[in-house]
Amino acid sequence: MLHRIFGSPHAQAGIYASLFIAFLLFTGFVYVADVPAVPLDGKQDLAIQGKGLWQQHNCSSCHQLYGLGGYLGPDLTNVISEKGAPYAKAIMQGGTGTMPNFKLSETELTALVAFLEHADQTGKASRQHFRIDGFGQIHLKTTNHE
Amino acid sequence: MNRRLGSLFLATGLVFLLAGVFFGVLGGLLYLFPQELRDLLPFTKLRPLHVSSVVFWILFAAIGGLYFYTSGSSKTIRSYTLGHLHYLLLFTAAITIMGCYVAGIFGGREYWEYPPVLAIPIAISFVLLGVHFYRHIKKTKGPWPIYRWMWLSGIVFFILSFTESYLWVLPYFGDHLVRDMAVQWKSYGSLVGSWNMLINGGAFYVMTRLSGDDSLARKPLTFAFFFLGLFNLMFNWGHHIYALPVSSTIRYTAYIVSMTELLILGRIIWTWRSSLSEARKNAALLPYRFLIVADGWIFLNLFMAILMSVPAINLYTHGTHITVAHTMGATIGINTMLLLASATYACIRFYGRFSTAAQKSIMRGLYLSNGSLVVFWVALIGAGLGKAVLEVQSPEMPHAQIMQALQPWFVAFAVSGTGIAVGVALMAVPILRTLLANQKAIPESETLKSKELQHI
Repeated sequence: MLHRIFGSPHAQAGIYASLFIAFLLFTGFVYVADVPAVPLDGKQDLAIQGKGLWQQHNCSSCHQLYGLGGYLGPDLTNVISEKGAPYAKAIMQGGTGTMPNFKLSETELTALVAFLEHADQTGKASRQHFRIDGFGQIHLKTTNHE
Repeated sequence: MNRRLGSLFLATGLVFLLAGVFFGVLGGLLYLFPQELRDLLPFTKLRPLHVSSVVFWILFAAIGGLYFYTSGSSKTIRSYTLGHLHYLLLFTAAITIMGCYVAGIFGGREYWEYPPVLAIPIAISFVLLGVHFYRHIKKTKGPWPIYRWMWLSGIVFFILSFTESYLWVLPYFGDHLVRDMAVQWKSYGSLVGSWNMLINGGAFYVMTRLSGDDSLARKPLTFAFFFLGLFNLMFNWGHHIYALPVSSTIRYTAYIVSMTELLILGRIIWTWRSSLSEARKNAALLPYRFLIVADGWIFLNLFMAILMSVPAINLYTHGTHITVAHTMGATIGINTMLLLASATYACIRFYGRFSTAAQKSIMRGLYLSNGSLVVFWVALIGAGLGKAVLEVQSPEMPHAQIMQALQPWFVAFAVSGTGIAVGVALMAVPILRTLLANQKAIPESETLKSKELQHI
């Protein structure tokens, strides 16, 4: 049985091709799948600019978004709703004991805050916002994103 | 000629490995003294220097193996130029990237932090590798052994996933954080899978040659597990983004596909006894020792990966150092050990036996690095569990306070990390010396055959 399925070169090529087609179809699905709409009240361009600054200063080496990034600093997905924009701005402006002062201009600070506002509105990252179902999958408690 | 190229790639990879562990030690120090070293050794520079050095070690060494083991297939002048152009492109890109990090020039994203334009030579270099591989397979007849499928998959999926990881430059992907992150981690999952394929291809080739039994690489069961690995490369990446508000189809697909890895774990347990007796039989072989060690780490890491792929468990492990433990176990315990198995095999086969002093150094390094890695791995898991417990018990606790509470674990990982670095240096330096001292490879007719290798 195993030999018939995986033993012949033709069968091997067939399985490979089938998997590859499935991969392409799934890739297409990921690209077009719905993502949460975020109302930004005209701040879209500023948020995009902020995202560029996030990358230029390599913020993800220490900080996470949705738990992805470095662990030296805290997760910033919901820093705006949890601590407020002025708090985030103050930290970015002066640095902390462990975070250097990046000497950001006022425009850069505004853009980075807009990016963090955008991130905040996409969803929730910390564990207390999730519930576990009987299958072991996790779901948002308040907002059902399915 | 391909042996020289193989040697060039491998030697470059070893230098990147030494750089990677050096930056890793500095990173460990920064965790211990974040305030004191904040400006002297900024983590924004140190982390990409460490990560990229290790990624380049993997890429250069895995490609080196491919050139070594496809030697004799393309000795034309054109191929000589192609291979060297391939090396030059990848090497130039790698050095420029390291320079950018030192200078603080970024613009990319996690793991590929350099300015995106530098991705172009890397992508082209892999296309050239694809051309080399195509020339090699054109000259071979009959059904393919498993390692050839692995090499093909490694090259194809690297090009696809690497390109995909730059889709963020298009506004449709880059302007929406959730879609951007979903595609980013989709590509990264497959990218890691692609270089694992390149590494595993080399390791399988070495295993086949050491055992002298070519049928190992042609068994239907071997192919069944190869396809299972490929299936996971394609579809199990979603366990990185369970918390991200993406379609449930993506999250459930990742969960279900990840659980198929239980079959691989089951197989390891099932064949444990025979693997052990095989290991005892071949323990005298230097490359085989690396393969045995990698086997142990595969078991531990797979067990951990399966647990972390259950969303209910992932909810607590995600965003903690448990993820780092998994990455380190995979990168050092599995990838590096498999690549060193391939490196020692290539050195012995093509450049003659290691001196007694070199062998001793390599063995000491093997014990020291793996012993230290066990402590390192446990310390990272401890730090991760500690963080998860503190965050659940006191959700309002400031991050700085959590980090302070985890300090003992950080001391353990910084000290054991230094042990890993010393161990790696003890292994890498003699191999590097062998490669550099033997500019001229010995002729094919004089290379050591499997039976002779048994007596090393």
